[in-house]
Amino acid sequence: MEITHYLGLAAILFAIGAATVLLRRNAIVVFMGVELMLNATNLAFVTFARIHGDVTGQVLAFFVMVVAAAEVVVGLAIIITIFRSRRSASVDDVNLLHS
Amino acid sequence: MDTQTTMQTLSLAPWLVATPMIGALVLLVAGRRTDRWGHWLGVLASAATFVVGLVMLLDMLGTPADQRVGTHTVGTWIDAGALHVDLGFQVDPLSMTFVMLVTFVGTLIHVYSVAYMDHDVDRRRFFGYLNLFVAAMLLLVLADSYLLLFVGWEGVGLASFLLIGFWDGKRENAVAGKKAFVMNRVGDMGLIVAMMLLLATFGSLSFGTVLPAAGEGATAAGQGVMTAIGLMLLLAACGKSAQLPLQAWLGDAMAGPTPVSALIHAATMVTAGVYLLVRSGPILEAAPDAQLVVTIVGALTLLFGAVVGTAKDDIKKALAASTMSQIGYMMLAAGLGPIGYAFAIFHLLTHGFFKAGLFLGAGSVMHAMGDDVNMRRFGGLARLLPVTAITMGLGWLAILGVPPFSGFWSKDKIIEAAFVGEGWRPWVFGLAALLGAGITAYYMSRLFFMTFAGRRRWRPDEGSGDDGAPVRHPHEAPRLMTWPMIILAAGSVFLGGILALGDRFVTWLEPVTGHAEHHEPVLPVWLLMTLTLVLVVLGAFLAFRQYAVAAVPVEPPPALAVVRAARVDLYQDAVNESLVMRPGQYLTRALVYSDRTAVDGGWLGLAGGIGRLGARLRRMQNGYVRSYAATMLGGLGVVGLVVWVLAS
Amino acid sequence: MTASGAEAALFWVLAPLMVLAALGLLFARKAVHAAVCVMFVMVGLAILYVAQEAPFLGVVQVVVYTGAVMMLFLFVLMLVGVDSADSLTETIRGQRWLGVLLGLGLVVVLLGVIAQAAFPPAVGLAATEELTNPVALARVLLGDYVLAMEVVGVLLVTAALAGLVLTHRRRLSVRPTQRVLAAARVAALPQGSTLTPLPAPGVYAQNNAMDTPALGPDGEPLPHSVPRVLRIRGQERSATAVLAEEETLVARDDLRLLGVGPAADATVEQVGDPVATGTTDAGATDEGDEDGEVR
Repeated sequence: MEITHYLGLAAILFAIGAATVLLRRNAIVVFMGVELMLNATNLAFVTFARIHGDVTGQVLAFFVMVVAAAEVVVGLAIIITIFRSRRSASVDDVNLLHS
Repeated sequence: MDTQTTMQTLSLAPWLVATPMIGALVLLVAGRRTDRWGHWLGVLASAATFVVGLVMLLDMLGTPADQRVGTHTVGTWIDAGALHVDLGFQVDPLSMTFVMLVTFVGTLIHVYSVAYMDHDVDRRRFFGYLNLFVAAMLLLVLADSYLLLFVGWEGVGLASFLLIGFWDGKRENAVAGKKAFVMNRVGDMGLIVAMMLLLATFGSLSFGTVLPAAGEGATAAGQGVMTAIGLMLLLAACGKSAQLPLQAWLGDAMAGPTPVSALIHAATMVTAGVYLLVRSGPILEAAPDAQLVVTIVGALTLLFGAVVGTAKDDIKKALAASTMSQIGYMMLAAGLGPIGYAFAIFHLLTHGFFKAGLFLGAGSVMHAMGDDVNMRRFGGLARLLPVTAITMGLGWLAILGVPPFSGFWSKDKIIEAAFVGEGWRPWVFGLAALLGAGITAYYMSRLFFMTFAGRRRWRPDEGSGDDGAPVRHPHEAPRLMTWPMIILAAGSVFLGGILALGDRFVTWLEPVTGHAEHHEPVLPVWLLMTLTLVLVVLGAFLAFRQYAVAAVPVEPPPALAVVRAARVDLYQDAVNESLVMRPGQYLTRALVYSDRTAVDGGWLGLAGGIGRLGARLRRMQNGYVRSYAATMLGGLGVVGLVVWVLAS
Repeated sequence: MTASGAEAALFWVLAPLMVLAALGLLFARKAVHAAVCVMFVMVGLAILYVAQEAPFLGVVQVVVYTGAVMMLFLFVLMLVGVDSADSLTETIRGQRWLGVLLGLGLVVVLLGVIAQAAFPPAVGLAATEELTNPVALARVLLGDYVLAMEVVGVLLVTAALAGLVLTHRRRLSVRPTQRVLAAARVAALPQGSTLTPLPAPGVYAQNNAMDTPALGPDGEPLPHSVPRVLRIRGQERSATAVLAEEETLVARDDLRLLGVGPAADATVEQVGDPVATGTTDAGATDEGDEDGEVR
């Protein structure tokens, strides 16, 4: 087994996450798709760190996690706010800015 | 104060410009409040300038000849990198000559105008403009650099525009002012181009730097550049001095009040071109081709003006044509080089006196005849207007060049100088000058005889004589008008003789024009003088036969083609219209059309295309987050594809 | 570099499962199922991190993602509604095939790029980690990236504040006082409400569970003394069954005290049965209690 197979797995997970963002309408599921994409990149980071023998890749993955955590807090708060006012968690309903 | 001169009064030079300028400012800014005494303030400003000029002249006469050239620098005007221009005044015999001419004749015209414009509600404004005119002209002749000269040059143009169109209630007057202004602009363009070339060639616009360097400039920058500068200066001079091909405005400029015509023709405006060429003498000497063109233009205009003058029935337009012709003499002389400069200025000086006198006389006649200018309606006025007739007669004899009147001393010298040289030039230019003198004698005599001699072609009261003739009550002008005319007539008689004796004037100008070796003309001097006098007498006799002895028809009789052409200024307006105006209009129309279709159409089409593209793109903005995400992801896919393709 | 046999085995077992779980996210109709699938993927990732010489990240992955982030997701799902299932019909024209196309295209492109790229021989992290992985990470994180680290800290604080602010709701009505509440209860008396607290569940000699009703002064069982949820679910025991049980127990205890009764184990076993019977009994009573109490 080649180490690059990890990268292949990361690519597949990333694409699935992206497809989730495109295809699902529930904002929470869409959000989980985004998280999946972030995790896929983390896997790629970790793999590259191993390939190059440099822990900086892991540090970057760490930063991604932290930022993702912050993003989740704000994103979910926004979803809740929208849900409160519109009784819906569908991203298709949030197109008020479009005339 | 400059150290290289011992003139004590050099620092007075700025006041020569400032005094009339203050007068103009007070009169124009204070407005109607100065209506009651404004004209006297104008006269005072002009007279005070004359006094300042006189003090400086006396001071200059008291200094040795080699120390009469000086500059007074007030300060730095423009300091922009390589361009450094001082606000400075050039005081030398040439500029002082102009100062005296402008202020003296100008003051007399101011005094005359007090009476002439007595009934005009806008007399105060008129005097404001007159003062502005004098101030601009003095700035022009006193400037020590081409740029400052240009300021005065434009000021003169502005003042002439304001004064020619002074009675702008009538459309023709406003149009005449505009015509003068526009044609002057063409000349101004020449001066601007000349200044650019000078700056590029010599790196300076100051007379003190440029003129001494002109000789070396010809070798350094090449003959072509110097010729271009010379021709551009000539174009400028043609515009201001009404020489071919920019002569057309002068006749129409008669629309202005008569004192303005006197001022323009004698002192302030048309002489500026001659001044520019004489001042730029070293440049012209470095460009013989340009010099030749100057001479040719002078000769052509001399004959052109003379021919037009023979056919004009309007007393002022006849005088205007005469001015054109006389300035042609001066240009001819200026084109001859150092031997001609002094005579050009000398003739300009004497001409300033007798032409001012003639114009003021014409104004007096018009005053007597109810503002009529048609000489075919005059006749037999000598008895009724004795002072006018005598002063105009003296001016007439002066312009004819009858010895010992002023004109003889100056014009004869120019004819003599035109005959100096080798090859074909002396014969062509000399004969042109000689012929011009004969024609001048004819048309000036015609003017004089038609006005003052012969039978009257007007009626003193109803019911007498010819029914078609207008009723006129001619009377001599008031003293405020006659005295200036008398003084000018005295100048016409004596000035030339006084200054010519012992070559005084030529010597006086030598610090500026340089010393000219005496050359013998191709024909003996006595023969030339005799020929000139014979032609003059012949011309005068012809005019006497036609207009004093024979009856003058009230309506212009049918005549030869050449006379008909002369009556309409040798088709100058038609030529201008067909050669310049029409093509210009077509060009403008073509440009407008191409601007509308090609430029506007192109850009509007582009804008419309972008707008339609935007409308198409706007549909992509459907407000669905997932669509936007799809777009982003598509972009990511494209980037990945590019990486893939580039890597493989 | 090829991984060791054990790692390869781990990868080939885990990777397909993770891809399946990820597809579960894509296709699950219920958001909760999707969340569980994602959790599986994340745990799998944590294991892979550990396998890839990143034990610290593996732990952080479990703590942050499965422990915190996904729990947060679940909380929000509870708030929004656990049972709601998404309709899978597409509303935006062309979005479905576009999404599929882009997803597949992305897979192809990314895999293509990875296959195309020439990687240097993998060196592994053994050389850099002369101590342990967390220490090596800390050296880099608090050395080269200390500024980024601080900035991220600020970001986290900001995000926490943002969460508070965004979810904060301003009261639209006046907070009811005790007096208002009391008046409301009195006013609700005609609708069958009571002023007093509801009776506590029954307490018996052998039994004080929540599902047994108390007996009123008249000896009748009080249905209100059992929590409403239990009554709705039909998990309420009838007071008579409890009493009968008590009776038998009391009798048996008497026998045992005399030394003739069965063993104590059997009594314990017997306790369960009446409960089952009790529930079946309670089924009928529940129907009548549907429009029940405020409990």
